[in-house]
Formats: sequence, structure tokens, C-alpha cells
Amino acid sequence: MSSSASVVKSVPAFDRSPPVESAHPPAAPAPQAAAGVHPAFSPHWQGLLATLAWVALAAVTLAWPNAPAGFEDWAYTTEFGIATAVFAAAWALLTLAASVPAAHDTFLARPVAAFRHTAPWIVATGLIFAAWEILTAKTGRLPPPFFAPPSSMIDVYVSDYARLADSTFNSVRLLLEGVAWGTFIGFSIGVAIGWSRAMNYWIHPILRFLGPLPPTALLPIAFFFFPSSHAASVFLIALATGFPVAILTWSGIASVNKAYYDVARTMGASDWFLIFRVAIPAALPQVFVGLFMGLGSSFVVLIVAEMMGVKSGLGWYLTWAQGYASYTNMYGALIVMTVIFSSLISLLFAVRDRVLVWQKGIVKW
Amino acid sequence: MVAAALRTVPPPHSVPATNHASHIHIEHVSHGFESPAGEFLPVLEDVSLEIAPGEFVALLGPSGCGKSTLLRLVAGLEPATQGTITQDGTTITRPDPSRIVAFQDPTLFPWRTVWDNVALGPQAQGRLKANKASVEAALCKVGLEGFAKSYPHQLSGGMAQRAALARALVNDPKVLILDEPLGKLDSLTRLEMQSELVSLWRKNGFSVLLVTHDVEEALFLAQRVVIFSPRPAKIVGELSIERPYPRHRDDPTLTALRREVLDRLGLGKSW
Repeated sequence: MSSSASVVKSVPAFDRSPPVESAHPPAAPAPQAAAGVHPAFSPHWQGLLATLAWVALAAVTLAWPNAPAGFEDWAYTTEFGIATAVFAAAWALLTLAASVPAAHDTFLARPVAAFRHTAPWIVATGLIFAAWEILTAKTGRLPPPFFAPPSSMIDVYVSDYARLADSTFNSVRLLLEGVAWGTFIGFSIGVAIGWSRAMNYWIHPILRFLGPLPPTALLPIAFFFFPSSHAASVFLIALATGFPVAILTWSGIASVNKAYYDVARTMGASDWFLIFRVAIPAALPQVFVGLFMGLGSSFVVLIVAEMMGVKSGLGWYLTWAQGYASYTNMYGALIVMTVIFSSLISLLFAVRDRVLVWQKGIVKW
Repeated sequence: MVAAALRTVPPPHSVPATNHASHIHIEHVSHGFESPAGEFLPVLEDVSLEIAPGEFVALLGPSGCGKSTLLRLVAGLEPATQGTITQDGTTITRPDPSRIVAFQDPTLFPWRTVWDNVALGPQAQGRLKANKASVEAALCKVGLEGFAKSYPHQLSGGMAQRAALARALVNDPKVLILDEPLGKLDSLTRLEMQSELVSLWRKNGFSVLLVTHDVEEALFLAQRVVIFSPRPAKIVGELSIERPYPRHRDDPTLTALRREVLDRLGLGKSW
């Protein structure tokens, strides 16, 4: 047995000479036998269902005429229908690929697994889009101008591309500026009151007293005091971000295990070391909780500030669209907002996972 | 013979005196805390004790009697209310890397890898760049060289305590202050770690001040056992253990001494 194994090993894997191959028949059939465990084809039913849902969506969009909407017909209905049909076709191909079990043994294993995981959601979105299209464009149950079919979103992005892109850019810039200041100042204050008794005595009551005031309540005053509405908005967004960051940084630093300081001090650590190498790393999990809260409230302040006084940005776009009763544009802007805000939250999650990698196994994620 | 060893403390042992060990002198130290109600709670009462360079001394006493407080004073983490503690003639006023404490909990920093935890001392003293090799050496001494990149939560209790020991040893201490470092380990790991402690001490030659409430541990490890009363802690007896290393746990002399010590602690009738 062991001798035959050594013989097999001595055969080069890509030896082209047939005599050697035939001389050791046990070597060749092994992989085929392993592959034979799978059936050649096992249909992936959820993928098929997802394909059918999107075929139905394409059919509804293309074959069912739009109900009269009191103005010229909804634009881009055909394009939307074709796009959904293409998506259905692509999904059909993926379903086919996922139905070949041999693909599980190749580099395709991961994408196929991800595909299988997504399939139920694709069924759901196909059905939701179809219902949305039917209730708006096809039957008018949800009437214009307050409601718009999904196909009309294409119209918004194509016709108002410039204005939307400009608004998005301004919103993101304003938000990042405010959040950056708020994080920096809030974190510094949190560390200061967590570390220094005197700082805590003076700053903590102010924080406790003023913190719960919603920054949006300061909007009229801020617009009056600051030289520009941009500066006022940065201030308010920073305030919204900074308060939770400061409070949670403080509580994180205040709850650091005192034994960590003892250990570091016996090893000759300076105060600088105790703050930056002990207190802050130990407090970081809490700091991130504060960041999540702060980022959430910064979104609120951003949009309200832009609706009230800033002359650009997505919040401004919403009021502008409302002024023209152009609710389709408003939906378009809301979708952009959703994408940007959820991406920022996901980005923060990714940063946290990287920075707090040591927590894995201690904390349930 | 054994009874004679109690109370009568011979002058500090002829231990291998190296320049790697410190002489610690505790003179009439009393210490206490202000309770939340404003009362003064005495913890240590007139404790005088000398630790010769390179000597291994165990402080034995009931739980919560104030032995750990004495260690904090020797480490320089707190100033004593009364009395003085000197290291080689210099009064101890603040912590110093020549006196390293290992606590009952390993207190590894969870956000640092084992390597970075061990590197804590050199880094805090601003000499890590030149001392990376000593970090590796300390890890090897405790047999953790394969776990340098692990995080503390991935270690077992014994491994974590070993990492804490490596973190202490890398500072090349003159006095190692051990506050029940093996108290929370399972009994098998504890026996193993006791032997390791002895061999580390014999190899490095530093003085050791060990707090424990485990009589056998004290007798197995130390050259001298100092027995404390319940709080406020006073020294009620000292005992020299003139047995060679490595010792055997079933050494009849140690068994006889154990009876003496338990008697002294008021537990003579407990077995």
C-alpha cells in the first residue's frame, strides 16, 4: 500500500507520456470518482424564481400600456422594461451556472455562494418593483404628481443630472466638514474630561446641560451669528456629531480598568503614554458607538440646514422640487440620499472592524 | 527544630547576590484608607521587613488582610501613610521598571497582540527599537514564541499568565513583585507555573516578593515565608525554609513546616 502510494507520487502530474499513465491506472480515476459524487445538474430553484419575477416585471412594464396620467406619457417606460429584461436574462445565466454543481469546486465557489444568498432578495425586489410599476404608471391607483413609477427615476437622473450631482457634491462636502470637526472636537473634549478632574468639573456640567438641546433648534441663531450659511451648517453638524462622541469617549475613558494604568505605570509609562497608549485604545469601542450616533444625527442636521438656509445640497433640492410640485425629482433625490448615507454608515462599520479587530471573539458582532 | 525556625529569623541568606537584584527595606510601615464614611481603616500595622538581594520571600496571610497593599507600596503605586520603604538605600516614591508587578489577573491589554503586550515596558521607556530582541527572548523564556501574534482573548489562563510574566521579565527587573499571580489558574497549571517561576528566578537572580494565601505554594517556592495576621496586617511570624531547589512537593520537611504555618494562621485544627 505504502509502496504503491510512493509510486503514484513519483508520477509527474502533467506527464504527457501515455505509457506511464496507463502503467498506473489507480492514479487517474480518483478525481473523476470525486467529481462523480455530484449530479451533473441540480436546478437552483430560488434563482429560477428570481428570474421569473424579473421576467414578470419586464413583461408588465413593456406589455401593459400606461394609464393616462393627465400629461404626456411617463418617459423611459420602454427603456426600463428593456433594462429589467436584460437583468432577468443575466440572472437566468447565473442561475444556470449555479445549477452546475461542478462549479462549486472551482474559483467560482464564492461568487456562486454569494449569488445563492442574494436570490431571495432578488425575488422580493422584482415583485416590489412590479407592484410599484402597476400601482403608479399602469393603473394610476397612486396618482401623479405625488407618486411616480420606478421607470421615471431614470428620467430624473438623465434630465436633472447636473443639478443632482452638484447638490450631492455640496451635501457630502458640508457633511464631511462638519463631521470631521465634530469628531475631532468631541473626541478631544471626551478625552479631556475623562482624564482630567478639573476639566471634568468645568466641562461636564456644560455638556450635560447643553448637550440634549437639538442642534436644529439653534438653526435660526446660527444663521444669524455666522458669516455664511455654510459656516453655520458646519457648526451645527459638528455640534450634532460632537455631543455623542464626547459623551461616549468620556464614558469609555472613565471606565478603563484601573489595573491597566497600574501595569503601565510600574513599567515606567509617562502620562502621555497612559493617555494615548492605554486610555484611548481601551476606550475606542465606546468612541465608535458615539461616532455611529453622531453620524446619524449629523444627517438630520445636514438636511434640515439645507432645507432652511443653505442654497445648495440635497436638502435644498428637496424643497426646490417641492416648489415645482416635481415629486418625481424628490423621489430621485431621496434615493441618492439613502445610498450616500447608508454607504457612509457601512464605511464606518468597515473602519471599526479594522480598528477593533482585537474585539472579535470577545464581542458578538 | 521547626519551631525554632519560627520567629527566630536568621540574617539574610547566602543567596547568589548579583547586581541584578535589589535590596528592599521596609521600615515600620503603617498604611490605611479613608472609608467613604470618613473613617480611617487601618490596613497595615507597623510592618518591618528586609528582602536581601536575590532572595525569594513569600508573604502569607488570610485573604484581604492587606498583603497586596504592601506590594503596591513596594511597587511605588501608592505612598505609605507612615514609615519608609527603600530600594538599595533610596526611598521609593514612584513606580520604576526595576520593580515590576505581576497581578492576580494577567491584565494583558486586550487590544494588543501578545508581542505588543510584552513590548509594553520597553515601549513605555522609549527604548523599544533597540530592544526588539529582548521581547523575543522574553517570549521564548515563557514558551510563547509561537503566540506572538495572538490576541489575549485567544490564550488560555495559563498562557495569559505566562505572557504577563514575559511582560515583566522583559524589563530585566531587580525585584519581581508577584501578587497571587497563580491564584486564578487551574490546579495543574498552577503546579507547572510554580516550577517555572522557580527556574526563572534561579536563572535571572532577581529578588522576589510573592503574595499568596496558598501555604504549599509559599513553602514550595520561597526561601523565607512571612506570616501575616488578619486585617490590619501585622507580621506574626517568619520562617526560613532551608531546602535546596528544585524542591519536592512531598518533602517531609515541607509537610512538617506546613503544619507549623497552619497552626500559626489559626488553622491547626483544620485537618
